[in-house]
Amino acid sequence: MKYWLAHHVQSMRLALRRLRQNPFASLLNISVIGIAISLPSGLYALLRNLESLSGQIGGEPQISLFLGTQATPADVAQIQLRLKNNPSVRNFQFVPRDKALRELQRSTGIGDVVQSLTQNPLPDAFIIHAKNSSADALEALRNEISSWPNAAHVQLDSLWAQRLDALLRLGKLIILLLAMLLSFALVAVTFNTIRLQILTQRDEIEVAKLIGATGRFIRRPFLYIGTLQGLAGGAVAWVIVAGSIEVLNKALADLARLYSINFQLNHLDMKDSAILILFSAWLGWLGAWLSVSRHLRQIEPR
Amino acid sequence: MISLSQVGKRYPGGYDVLRNISFTVQPGEMVAVTGHSGAGKSTLLKLIAAIERPTRGSVVVNGQNTSKLRASAIPYLRRNFGLVFQDHKLLFERTVFENVVLPLQITGYERKESGKRVRAALDKVGLLDKEKTYPITLSGGEQQRLCIARAIVNRPAILLADEPTGNLDAAYASDIMGLFKSFNQVGVTVIIASHDNAMLLRLNPRLLRLDHGELAS
Repeated sequence: MKYWLAHHVQSMRLALRRLRQNPFASLLNISVIGIAISLPSGLYALLRNLESLSGQIGGEPQISLFLGTQATPADVAQIQLRLKNNPSVRNFQFVPRDKALRELQRSTGIGDVVQSLTQNPLPDAFIIHAKNSSADALEALRNEISSWPNAAHVQLDSLWAQRLDALLRLGKLIILLLAMLLSFALVAVTFNTIRLQILTQRDEIEVAKLIGATGRFIRRPFLYIGTLQGLAGGAVAWVIVAGSIEVLNKALADLARLYSINFQLNHLDMKDSAILILFSAWLGWLGAWLSVSRHLRQIEPR
Repeated sequence: MISLSQVGKRYPGGYDVLRNISFTVQPGEMVAVTGHSGAGKSTLLKLIAAIERPTRGSVVVNGQNTSKLRASAIPYLRRNFGLVFQDHKLLFERTVFENVVLPLQITGYERKESGKRVRAALDKVGLLDKEKTYPITLSGGEQQRLCIARAIVNRPAILLADEPTGNLDAAYASDIMGLFKSFNQVGVTVIIASHDNAMLLRLNPRLLRLDHGELAS
């Protein structure tokens, strides 16, 4: 166990030494890996932000029922009763016109305009959630409610949220494909790096085999080179993504001020960052492993 | 300890390097393999160290038949041997110390203990003051002695030397032969292959003479 640990430490030192021996080549490799990985992970970070944006707005589709402005409290009560007795309604919420106006004043940047109104132009409204949120069921419910007296306008809200959801799913798929392709490229890059390393270390490998080194002993430093390169590449990718988000946020801050909304891109969270870096390290290890299993066998002492 | 029975080695193309070789080496023996160049001396040593496998017959080392060993067991077999090569096979980007410590790293010695052993081995071949230099700065004779230090640092039971004095002048050569004699005196089995009969005879060894791939005496 102690020997095993000692050899790991020793292999890692050797790997670091070899990476340092060719600083330029190592840095180029690490940058290639970093850039390749930053592309899908950067897109992923953007997507996560869009996702949380659509989450804030509410992904569940809802039906808004607006009454005529002349509707009386008795009409409201009648509608309330109909909704309560309708089997396809899960729950509903009554938004009186005064409250709607106050919310409008508070939430958007047009408070001044609203203030200047002499009378409330908003109708009473109901926000209705259906038991079955499939597009057909919602459409049927909407048609039914439209036929009720005093229903001035019935609107299927959040359909766009569903569309956004579908778009996000598509985006995720594209990122997944991109990530797969670039992962393959990364494995190929490491494979080749390690192949070159093995060729330049040919004498050393031959001598080690002659004096009784096991395959594992010879393989280990190369695996460490691949893994360390992947790890460093992952870190570079993280820095690229974080830096880009920082730059974008500066630009967004200006834009958001002009539209008087509060919107900022979030950085990758701890979990995603760890996955990014570890996955990159794993890909490096995989490339090195493939290369080593393929090339070490070809070097036999003669 | 080492036993060959009816060993033959044929290289692709039908060329027989060795034919029908049988002999046994007892622990502590000093054996010299002689013969003209191309007689199969190097091949014979390579068969013993499992660098090559015989095409006929069997090579048994410490009770293990080298032809039947799995590839993963070969490294452990090789640790029985100290190998000395005519071309030294030193690693030129490592220092003298790092070259000698390599076998100890492979078998997993502790740092402190291995440092002592490396210095003892270097002391024995007279290179103790060069441990921090690089092999490229050493003379041919010193490089050969460095190769020997690496071969003995693990205290192997068997020392295999292929033309250890091949490129050296007479003074260096007898120097090297003296080293082998001293290892043999402390119980190490030594097998030397050389075409330099005069030099070998001074060791007073058991002679195995190869002639066109066959054992002559």
